[in-house]
Amino acid sequence: MFAFIIRRLLQAVGVMLTVALLAFILFQYVGDPVMIMLGQEGTPAEREQLRQDLGLNDPIVVQFYHFLANAVQGDFGLSLRQGQKVSVLLRDRLPATLELSIAAALIALVVGVPLGVYTALKRNGKLSQAFLAFSLLGVSLPTFLIGILLILVFSVQLGWLPSYGRGDTVKLGWWSTGLLTVSGWKHLILPAVTLSLFQVALVLRLVRSEMLEVLRADYIKFARARGLTKRAIHFGHALKNTLVPVITIMGLQLGGIIAFAIVTETVFQWPGMGLLFIQAVQFADIPVMAAYLCLISFIFVLINLIVDLLYFAVDPRLRVGLGKSGGGH
Amino acid sequence: MRAAIAKFWNGDLAWSWRHTPVAIVATFTLLIMLVAAFGAGWIAPHNPFDLATIELLDALKPPVWADDGTTKYLLGTDSQGRDLLSALMYGTKVSLLIGLAAVAGAMLLGVVLGLISGYAGGRIDALIMRVADVQLSFPAILIALLIDGVARAVVPGDMHEVIAFPVLVGAIALAGWPQYARTVRGSTLVEKNREYVQAARVIGISSPVIMFRHVLPNVLGPVLVLATVHLATAIITEATLSFLGVGVPPTSPSLGTLIRVGNDFLFSGEWWITIFPGAALVLLVLSVNLLGDWLRDALNPRLS
Repeated sequence: MFAFIIRRLLQAVGVMLTVALLAFILFQYVGDPVMIMLGQEGTPAEREQLRQDLGLNDPIVVQFYHFLANAVQGDFGLSLRQGQKVSVLLRDRLPATLELSIAAALIALVVGVPLGVYTALKRNGKLSQAFLAFSLLGVSLPTFLIGILLILVFSVQLGWLPSYGRGDTVKLGWWSTGLLTVSGWKHLILPAVTLSLFQVALVLRLVRSEMLEVLRADYIKFARARGLTKRAIHFGHALKNTLVPVITIMGLQLGGIIAFAIVTETVFQWPGMGLLFIQAVQFADIPVMAAYLCLISFIFVLINLIVDLLYFAVDPRLRVGLGKSGGGH
Repeated sequence: MRAAIAKFWNGDLAWSWRHTPVAIVATFTLLIMLVAAFGAGWIAPHNPFDLATIELLDALKPPVWADDGTTKYLLGTDSQGRDLLSALMYGTKVSLLIGLAAVAGAMLLGVVLGLISGYAGGRIDALIMRVADVQLSFPAILIALLIDGVARAVVPGDMHEVIAFPVLVGAIALAGWPQYARTVRGSTLVEKNREYVQAARVIGISSPVIMFRHVLPNVLGPVLVLATVHLATAIITEATLSFLGVGVPPTSPSLGTLIRVGNDFLFSGEWWITIFPGAALVLLVLSVNLLGDWLRDALNPRLS
């Protein structure tokens, strides 16, 4: 158990170091900071002085160490395009992305699970077929197209909902939230639905197939034989056992949701980290790109780690298997 | 030749195809789109890139069935007076070409690495699979975006249009190889212990020759199914990148670029500039996906 956790942690650190190295290489080979800061006018002596001050004459390993030390403290320097501190830029954008992503994940669970259960229980019903067809469409439609269609219908044609921005926000310390104003909620609906549609389809299909699998199990037959009500069998026994893999997948999908928020944020001009990142890619703004890369990798690695450890804690079979095989993959 | 065709037509695969209406519809949809895309130079009603034939007076014409529509432009025109139907045909071609090239690249890279990984084993195997694992835990679109962004940073600004195509293909290919590598590695591990491989080794054939001439043909089946599904993903990824403004430049637009350009006219009521390219994209992706699903089921008798 202990060895497993240690190895898993080392792995996570290894991935983060690789990502940091990539970000460092980006900084190294793109643009000369001395030229950017001094311009054409600087004398060779001034340049050499600045080089010395910035630590650019140090061995590459020392430079990487400094880069790491700064990165851990959240210091990625200044944005080339906006001239502001990257850490401040990201911190200002973080709440918008997180609120959008969590809203989307909640919609996916609240809508996807019941639909999945329904389609599994009423396997041949007309409505079930309709839901399944919808889910196929949901995984085939690109996210940005869903957003455009929603804007066309609900903003342009019907005029019910706003189509861009976050609306009015309230500051709670450095965290700006849109959840405390009516306009904030209205602005959240379309982007959150757009981002969640793919996940709804995914959860629906997952719950359905898991549920069908579980309903064939012996303990369900036994429960029927005992004369339990359908309600107790379906929701007390079957659904409970279905939800473990669903929650795992949803945990892993949270990373995917944050990544796909890039697309949704662009469609709805939602002022989150994704929009910042896309603008950074367009203008080759390396510090912002590197910082986003490190931050998002950190979130991914963290989620993967937590899910792995939870799995280990929840499923005793894994522990036995690990002991027997000596922990090899 | 005729005998071969007859044999194929009566074979398992063709039988399954003839009895799956969805597969038939998807095949014909795809065929029509392929002909329209690759024959665009001959059958498109206008050449949207020939500045001499574009008339600004015809800008923003609605489709033919609307009040202001003309039969000259069946699906209407964009803000520069380009015929949308023609732009769609050329755009589908660009989308398909990038998708196909990216799938080919990912397949080549993944198959070679998977073969080496499975056949060589040991440290090389561990290294390749570790990289694949890490990459698979990140969404492909994020990886493609990063590669795209780095390429933009390294190459000077005036070169961006020139490198757009190779960078896109490379980015999507690099984001997609791990799945091929995993599949091929799995099959190679099984094939490696078969008698024909041992026999080949005994008579002194070198490892690369065994890998690529003898093992490779036997592990390609699942790869082809994977490639079909990957084509749909690759087309969506390209469209998404182009929509985000980091893909194909507007001078030779793909479907994603067309949607991006049309998106600006959504609010002023010119919906057709976005919706038609969007519909074409969905039709393309959906038919490829359905064909892929069918192919997977048809080649895997255990499922039915």
